[in-house]
Amino acid sequence: MNRTAANPQETEAARRRSVLMVFGCTVLGAAAQIFMKLGANHLAHPGLIGMVTNLPLLSGLVLYGLSTVLLVLALKDGELSLLYPVIALTYVWVTVLSLLLLHDKPDPYKLAGIAIIVIGVSVLGWRGKK
Amino acid sequence: MSGTPLSSMLLMLVASIIGSFGAVLLKLGAGELNKGFWHILNIKLAAGVVVYLVSWYFFVLGIRHGELSVLYPMVSLGYIWTLLWARLFFREAFTRQKFLGLALILLGVFFVGLGSK
Repeated sequence: MNRTAANPQETEAARRRSVLMVFGCTVLGAAAQIFMKLGANHLAHPGLIGMVTNLPLLSGLVLYGLSTVLLVLALKDGELSLLYPVIALTYVWVTVLSLLLLHDKPDPYKLAGIAIIVIGVSVLGWRGKK
Repeated sequence: MSGTPLSSMLLMLVASIIGSFGAVLLKLGAGELNKGFWHILNIKLAAGVVVYLVSWYFFVLGIRHGELSVLYPMVSLGYIWTLLWARLFFREAFTRQKFLGLALILLGVFFVGLGSK
């Protein structure tokens, strides 16, 4: 299936490396989202000028940039259709960080949701039968 | 649901569609990295980033009004579009594994949305 598959072990290692990189991408992406949320809350002017002069929003954007580099490195060797949904892990980190840092009350729907996302990502991360 | 304007939902839908093309451009640009890391500065990736910025602009406009519980999960619609483009442009196979994983993730995001006030 995989065009670059030279030998199965190498492919499996590359696949795992790709998934790990997307994993890192989601951690950075979650931090980015928290900054962007802070920024959006304090958006005085809805226009483009208001956005580019908003420091938390810009910090979030820089973190997004770094997470994008990781994503691109992952996509070099991995399948887009497999790796891209893994980005949903960002929701998990954002929820957990909000609980820990912002002292959000644990919400049963959210906890169920992040559990289901983790299961879904595990399904994608599972070694495919091809 | 009633507290969320249709315009906000449309903005999120547009953001998700534009973002999915950003993903396609990232995948296209990622191929250039086989020539070395600094080929990360290439026109396809640059285009991808621009497309993401446009998507992000719609996203920020979209989440300003209405309920997060409705709007937040809508971004993940982009995963569906991306699955389609990956098949169409990169001949990546549809597999049961991908469908199951994606379905669970969408369900999970939906629940996270339900819990977002």
